[in-house]
Amino acid sequence: MEQIANWALDTAVARGASYADARVVELRQRELSTKNGQVGTLLESESLGIGIRVIADGAWGFASTDRLARKTVEACAAEAVAIARASALAKKQDVVLAPEQAYVDTWQNPYIKDPFRIPVERQIELLLAADAEMRRVPGVTLAEGSMLFRRIEQFFASTLGSRIHQVKLQSGAGIVATSFADGEIQRRSYPNSFGGQHALAGYELVESFDLVGQAPRIAEEAVALHKAEPCPEGVRTILLDSSQLALQIHESIGHPIELDRVLGQEANFAGMSFLTLDQLNRLQYGSEIVNVVADARLVHGQGLGTFGYDDEGVPAQCTEIIRNGLFTGYLTSRETAAAIGAARSGGTMRAESWNRLPIIRMTNVSLLPGTWKLDELIADTDDGIWMETNHSWSIDDRRHHFQFSTEIAWEIRGGRKVRMLKNPSYSGLTTEFWNSCDAICAREHWTLWGTPNCGKGQPMQTMGTGHGAAPARFRNVRVGIAFSK
Amino acid sequence: MAAAHLLPQAELERIAEQVFRASDADETEVLIEAVTDALTRFANNTIHQNVAEQAVHVSVRTVYDGRTARAATNRTDAESLRRVAAASSALARVQPKHPDLLPMPGPQRYRTVQRFFPATAAATPEDRARAVLQVLRMIERHRQTAAGILATGCSQMALANSRGLFASHQQTRAEFSITVLEPDSSGWQKANTPDLAALDPLALAERASQKAAAARAPRELEPGRYTVVLEPSAALDLLGFLFYDFAGTAVLDQRSCLNERLGKPIFGRNISLWDDVYHPLQTGAPFDGEGIPRQKVLLVDRGVPCNLVYARHTARKMNARPTGHALPLPSELGEAPVNLVWAGGDTSLEAMIASTERGILVTRLWYIREVDPYEKILTGMTRDGTFLIENGRLVCGIRNFRFNQSLIEMLANVEQLGPAVRAAGEESFEMVVPAMKVANFHFTEVTKF
Repeated sequence: MEQIANWALDTAVARGASYADARVVELRQRELSTKNGQVGTLLESESLGIGIRVIADGAWGFASTDRLARKTVEACAAEAVAIARASALAKKQDVVLAPEQAYVDTWQNPYIKDPFRIPVERQIELLLAADAEMRRVPGVTLAEGSMLFRRIEQFFASTLGSRIHQVKLQSGAGIVATSFADGEIQRRSYPNSFGGQHALAGYELVESFDLVGQAPRIAEEAVALHKAEPCPEGVRTILLDSSQLALQIHESIGHPIELDRVLGQEANFAGMSFLTLDQLNRLQYGSEIVNVVADARLVHGQGLGTFGYDDEGVPAQCTEIIRNGLFTGYLTSRETAAAIGAARSGGTMRAESWNRLPIIRMTNVSLLPGTWKLDELIADTDDGIWMETNHSWSIDDRRHHFQFSTEIAWEIRGGRKVRMLKNPSYSGLTTEFWNSCDAICAREHWTLWGTPNCGKGQPMQTMGTGHGAAPARFRNVRVGIAFSK
Repeated sequence: MAAAHLLPQAELERIAEQVFRASDADETEVLIEAVTDALTRFANNTIHQNVAEQAVHVSVRTVYDGRTARAATNRTDAESLRRVAAASSALARVQPKHPDLLPMPGPQRYRTVQRFFPATAAATPEDRARAVLQVLRMIERHRQTAAGILATGCSQMALANSRGLFASHQQTRAEFSITVLEPDSSGWQKANTPDLAALDPLALAERASQKAAAARAPRELEPGRYTVVLEPSAALDLLGFLFYDFAGTAVLDQRSCLNERLGKPIFGRNISLWDDVYHPLQTGAPFDGEGIPRQKVLLVDRGVPCNLVYARHTARKMNARPTGHALPLPSELGEAPVNLVWAGGDTSLEAMIASTERGILVTRLWYIREVDPYEKILTGMTRDGTFLIENGRLVCGIRNFRFNQSLIEMLANVEQLGPAVRAAGEESFEMVVPAMKVANFHFTEVTKF
């Protein structure tokens, strides 16, 4: 890999690039799915290629190829320089990067069991066993399960002198029970919706889920939802489980703090942000118990936003985003850090693969734990609604007005969960919502959730992000409007 | 640059032959995809990202005694092709038999579709940069700020199997999208076509610029039910959420909103829908993931959902005929219509506005998600050009709304249709779709911008 990267850098410099970096990436992926007792998708794939990013004539160019002979790699590097020169036709000023050191290092996330060494028939067997448990429950009309494993090996080299080798191993799985009855489709997922839970971990993560043991519960809940009362419409106290809160963090904190959005670079597609530069260190984002970090370091956990170095060679860092409710930090790159006068990038640039340009992505944007035990929090709630497992999510292009729905909810009366509710939803404004947070559960209830499918950029890139959260309580939240007539 | 990167027919055949030789499966299928794509991205009136890629993808499906699996690689040397065939074989052999698996189809005959434009494939970074520069100069003359993309590229697909089927297709694409920003307003336009010569970035930019200017100083309206005029991109991004409901497998799985509704008049009589890859405004290959020729299928006839699309194995289970819409096997999803053509009308956008006493003109929708899969309630936001209509004319820009709207209800409330055009959005693949005037569209909340 190093030799291939060196061919690219040498050519870029020879063609006049003032800066260049190259990433040689090899991706191996295994996807499995089952449906109603049968295997659905069964796919193993591999992909190897190089992405070359250069600055020439003060502007950016990027080219990528999967043809890794010396001649084609050099042609690709030359193309990147030619593209940069074309970019310079419409430049306002030269690209300026925040300074960074050179690193020579290797990094790999820890794991116990390599999922690619687990026989695929064992993995299928596990999904089919969970599938059978779900279909044993009368009323379940569709049982689905899936697993996804990825091994991403990357060699990064830059003209600064960095030579960084990283290997990331990612595992994830989930099951879903769906019930159609009386003109209504109800669904329950475990351990999370939209593909389950994912982390930088080995197969031990999947084994820890106990998919077979949990399958009857979600199947019974999917069927029971048909007879549940609908979530009422009004202004209520809500409690969010940690997986739903993770997505709330993703959408209403993680995206608005991306500095490329703030600076208008994503205005055409992903949108901009309400967090304009004048808000930094001034805006009371949340209540005083709200503390949020963006932490890519292994010490934070093995999330989908964990790495040793980002894709422009900046070491993993922890950035304070919200301290005691006050907005204190953005997600930055070398270019955007320089644009706002910061001394250094926060290290958040990542690319989907070798054929995509690194852009600012969430690392592990996490709400730090509070002090409450979950049963004490519920006991402390006189009148509220507990909402669990995301069903839908939507937020405006400045990341201010949101609406979420969840798969299931329970009404809380007098400190106890008293009845199941179907079709729960809530909506609000980002800062009003986070300022209404009056209780966060403790570390023992905190989970680092993986969001494997965050879309951003043109061309579109999908990226995994991490979000740690424990259940939390929010006051005076509008609920039920998604189903209002 | 791009045309040279497509694989010649002889190379496609070489890849397929080498895989067949390396495989000892009962049946073997090879899917070869190649793409060369480039995208020039601008924001703050400057090009800030400018990228190009070329990639090949070879995937191999093997079948052993009713068991099947797929493996893929992006390497095309003999050793890599041998390894990918072996990987597919190893996966297929160890799994349970699939009771619905049919023998692979033999050779088929396909209608010709011409969707490759050499000049589009040959567009250079300079060509794109100069087109963008021309747009940005115009935007700066208007003292506005723009962000967007201009992309060009070509793609190729070939499907071969050990029963002698061979199908191939190549096409080009050109796409322009622009958001024009003012301090308190914005406007947007997007278009996508196989032929760069048919794309007019300057005209699209001019229209987005006019929208941004017209939307200045937006007013805040109360949420509620309004008559809306949905421009084609806005209609597209809503209607796109219906496509998989027309898959036979979705109905079999009881996850389609058409469950127990097929044959019933659930939409207005002015709503008809086809899947038609041969429509002159459509793109795509004339064959499906198994190599079966795609058929034109009438899905909705004057308000009545009347047909579904079927892969071969779904058709057998549902006592229907295959329509050429299979996804590559193995897949739990079965099939999908991806060349939707909605019936248009003859009411221009201007006439829709002129006939509206009070309503909302919607340029673009954003972040649409499904809230209820059976009633097909969708939520999302308006964005980049939302206007109040009063007494037949645009009065002012308004602050953006959130909607929660049943698509089924919406398609029963369509009052007027414009001519169907090829529309591009962000939530759906491109379709042929008209502008729509819809009564009682449900806006539930309003933003502060």
